[in-house]
Amino acid sequence: MTGRGLVVALPYFWLLLFFVVPFIIVLKISFSDIDLAIPPYKPLLEWIGKNSLAIKLNFNNYAFLFTDHLYVNALLNSIKVAFVSTVLCLLIGYPMAYGIARAQPRTRNILLLLVILPFWTSLLLRVYAWIGLLKANGVINNVLIWLGVIHEPLTMLFTPFAMYVGIVYSYLPFLILPLYSNLEKMDWQLLEAAEDLGCRPWQAFYKITLPLSRNGILAGSMLVFIPAVGEFVIPALLGGPNALMIGRVLWDEFFSNRAWPVASAVAILLLILLVPFMMWYQSVQSRESAGAR
Amino acid sequence: MTHRSSYFILICLTVGFAFLYIPILSMVVFSFNASKLVTVWDAANSPTLKWYYALFDDEEILDAAWISVKVAVINASGSVILGTLAGFGLARFRQFRGRFTLNAMATAPLVMPEVITGLSLLLLFVAMEQLIGWPAGRGITTMTIGHMTFSMAYVTVIVNSRLATFDTALEEAAMDLGARPLKVFFVITLPIIFPAILSGWLLAFTLSWDDLVISSFTSGPGSSTLPMVVFSKVRLGVTPEINVLATITITVVTAMIVGVSVWMARAAKLEKSAA
Repeated sequence: MTGRGLVVALPYFWLLLFFVVPFIIVLKISFSDIDLAIPPYKPLLEWIGKNSLAIKLNFNNYAFLFTDHLYVNALLNSIKVAFVSTVLCLLIGYPMAYGIARAQPRTRNILLLLVILPFWTSLLLRVYAWIGLLKANGVINNVLIWLGVIHEPLTMLFTPFAMYVGIVYSYLPFLILPLYSNLEKMDWQLLEAAEDLGCRPWQAFYKITLPLSRNGILAGSMLVFIPAVGEFVIPALLGGPNALMIGRVLWDEFFSNRAWPVASAVAILLLILLVPFMMWYQSVQSRESAGAR
Repeated sequence: MTHRSSYFILICLTVGFAFLYIPILSMVVFSFNASKLVTVWDAANSPTLKWYYALFDDEEILDAAWISVKVAVINASGSVILGTLAGFGLARFRQFRGRFTLNAMATAPLVMPEVITGLSLLLLFVAMEQLIGWPAGRGITTMTIGHMTFSMAYVTVIVNSRLATFDTALEEAAMDLGARPLKVFFVITLPIIFPAILSGWLLAFTLSWDDLVISSFTSGPGSSTLPMVVFSKVRLGVTPEINVLATITITVVTAMIVGVSVWMARAAKLEKSAA
């Protein structure tokens, strides 16, 4: 093996063993029978007699996912929640990324630092902060009552509203950063030219800035949408018992019901759904870095 | 920009940053609150440090923090080695067999939902234990392997993008002068990508320190990390100690980020004046 080969071999085989092979095992276990043993599933391959190996593929786990409405509903709801959160992140994040990209270099660095800082602070603790803000005797209710806006505390915690707030809040930096690095490369003289030629500012934005930042919008949106579909922590802490999200269903099947084959089938289903988006993200990313060179 | 649109942007920035920072500031403020009700300000007895003392008396939290530190340090160091190799290979070797696969494998963990990664790693460890007897049971080792698998992806991206913006001329010149590839790497390339490696290490440490989902799947009895303990406490209700933990975390992270970025800005200035 050459020196070059050695350099890439280590990360290559690490990822192959700990990232790719595990999915094959998940696929395998999603086809096995549930068993009251440790580990709680039956083997797929079995020696019957002397020279024959039987393969038992069990499609029941998948059939079960589609007969019980819980799973399909959780999947659809997760897609909806992730999609709405992505749109909300874009509405809040785009003007912010734009403002940062157009600020003076010195201010720009400070603003960027302010976006990065929450991203480095524990997600769990930042989600926890929202419990303190949203609960019945929490900060927001106390302030609103003190201002006289409301007389009874609003129920905000353990509602879909709280879950959306949590997801948008947690994923906002993931959208701002790629969008900013895209907008930063923009040639602003194009906008001046358009305005000189009689374009109104909003028209110029719509016709020039928006199309040119397409890759940044797509990359940022994928970084929000894909992980949000499978999100567990935020629905578990803010969404309340009725927040039906697929990541949470998988967690409960695994930890509470010890139904490893069902959990595996849920994971495979989720993966099939997300792989096209991941490939899309990859192609947007390579286009973006090719444009930068 | 016209006046009206720049006002609009200014308002968006203000509201956006308020949204990002009000929750964080509220935790800092209430960490000094005397009341056990957490969000009801006890004006008579506050500010107080009593929850700070309580936190440092909490054996469960301290034990978990120690486990988290161990996992995070090993993870960060391992991820930096793997991620630098992968990032260097992807940036400098234009063509090799498996380039596409390595690129895909190294970036996929960035967007993969954690529940899927966690579940699949656990099933791998169980299958390996049945097959070859290693890893015997689950604990710090299995958690660290799990963390390294997704942390190295971040290091790969950071190192790769640093190398992409950096000219190969210096490396080529050293080669022409007869330096061997290994020497070129340690004398030329490594010092140049060092800031990227340092931020990769810090990021990998933070990712591991914060991780709940992958740790929960791959940990064993007696190896609960800090996020796992925090999660179980928070599920039972809001506790004032967690505000203290958050305040300490925020202070450390802020000091670290500001320190590193000042240092990096200075290094970039030196680089520019040297060129």
